[in-house]
Amino acid sequence: MNDRDSMKPGDLLLPVKSFCRLSGQIIAPLSFEIHAFSVKFAYSLTRSAYMEQNINFEDIFESKLAKNDFIEPKDWMPDNYRKHLIRQISQHAHSEIVGMLPEGNWITRAPSLRSKIVLLAKVQDEGGHGLYLYTAAETLGVSRDELLDALHTGKAKYSSIFNYPTLTWADVGAIGWLVDGAAIMNQVMLQRSSYGPYSRAMVRICKEESFHQRQGYEIMTHLAFGTPEQKQMAQDALNRWWYPTMMMFGPPDKDSPNSENAIKWRIKRETNDQLRQRFVNQTVPQAEYLGLTVPDEKLTWNEAKQGYDFSEPDWVEFKNVINGNGPCNKQRLKARNDAHKNGAWVREAAAAYAKKKGESTAVAA
Amino acid sequence: MSDSQGPVWEVFVQRKSGQPFVHCGSLHAFDKEMALQNARDLYTRRGEGMALWVVPSSAIVASSPEDMGPFFEPANDKVYRHPTFYQIPDAIKHM
Repeated sequence: MNDRDSMKPGDLLLPVKSFCRLSGQIIAPLSFEIHAFSVKFAYSLTRSAYMEQNINFEDIFESKLAKNDFIEPKDWMPDNYRKHLIRQISQHAHSEIVGMLPEGNWITRAPSLRSKIVLLAKVQDEGGHGLYLYTAAETLGVSRDELLDALHTGKAKYSSIFNYPTLTWADVGAIGWLVDGAAIMNQVMLQRSSYGPYSRAMVRICKEESFHQRQGYEIMTHLAFGTPEQKQMAQDALNRWWYPTMMMFGPPDKDSPNSENAIKWRIKRETNDQLRQRFVNQTVPQAEYLGLTVPDEKLTWNEAKQGYDFSEPDWVEFKNVINGNGPCNKQRLKARNDAHKNGAWVREAAAAYAKKKGESTAVAA
Repeated sequence: MSDSQGPVWEVFVQRKSGQPFVHCGSLHAFDKEMALQNARDLYTRRGEGMALWVVPSSAIVASSPEDMGPFFEPANDKVYRHPTFYQIPDAIKHM
């Protein structure tokens, strides 16, 4: 053991046999009868024990995934796992932030004081969700500035759904019901994602999202059981949002380049098509209750698979919107860029004030 | 805070894989390594955790209990942030 050379007085020698290997996993020493040993020493001993037994960090990573354990920021992880997470979590964060825009459009025109405070609270939540996710992405070693820059230059993507306009108040209802409903379905799955900080952000977000979907459905019930004109508004909104919502789950599994790794690494636990099917199964009865018609002539209950058969959304349109050619892409990107630029003086003033008070931005230890 | 015992550290324990790190108490130690070892010996003698964080107490910024009322007041009158505020017909499932 070379590490013995680096021992300091007071360090306690741990017998190597106290590290045992069980089916590819390392078990830490089970009991210490010591008060203090050098952590550095323990680490180096562990590492050399790994080397002696030809264990590599990839095995440990894989065994954690196999045991349904979670990966934490300081754990070793493959570069591609890290890259995949940075891409997915930051896209998720961007979607929350850009998602504030279509609904924000209706804050000043909400039809009652009640609906206005509700919408304000919802948009505020979306901002909060963006912040949970940005900080989760930052645990992977990427900075907030880099993430925002990728959004503002159009390099990073966000959910295609937010590039569609909100034409009437019914659209606010349809977004809460359908778009938040689809987001919840995806996020419930992501609560068990293999990356600890992402999983924990999802737990918080899911708790908060529940009100979003319910307020949307409440708006839809008011309209659907209101005057014929109101019911027509609700139907029009369903017609406009149905297929863009179906696209939120991503391309069909056979055309989804990132799905295989995401499932292998347990970042996602269900595929795009599985989630889309479940969404249709849950949502169709909710539309029927409202007396509204899902805009899909092929929609039929399939007894054998205990689920609906349905039409795929237009995947050419999906690609177009993702690539910047949706109805509102330019508007959304400009709004984000303007907001960032217009906020520059606030960031500068805050930094200057902290400097004047003698507090650096890094908390003094 | 720093006397003959060394500075104070706050200890956070992760009980099970994936769960949040929860504050469980504090201790004295002279450096990071000692803080981590002491935290293990003091707070996880019965397998209470599988990971630990130690943070210098001086880095903690806390709200003050006497300001609790006005500090958290903004959330008090916003019942509409809770899902139960909304009327959903009993027949509707999965919401």
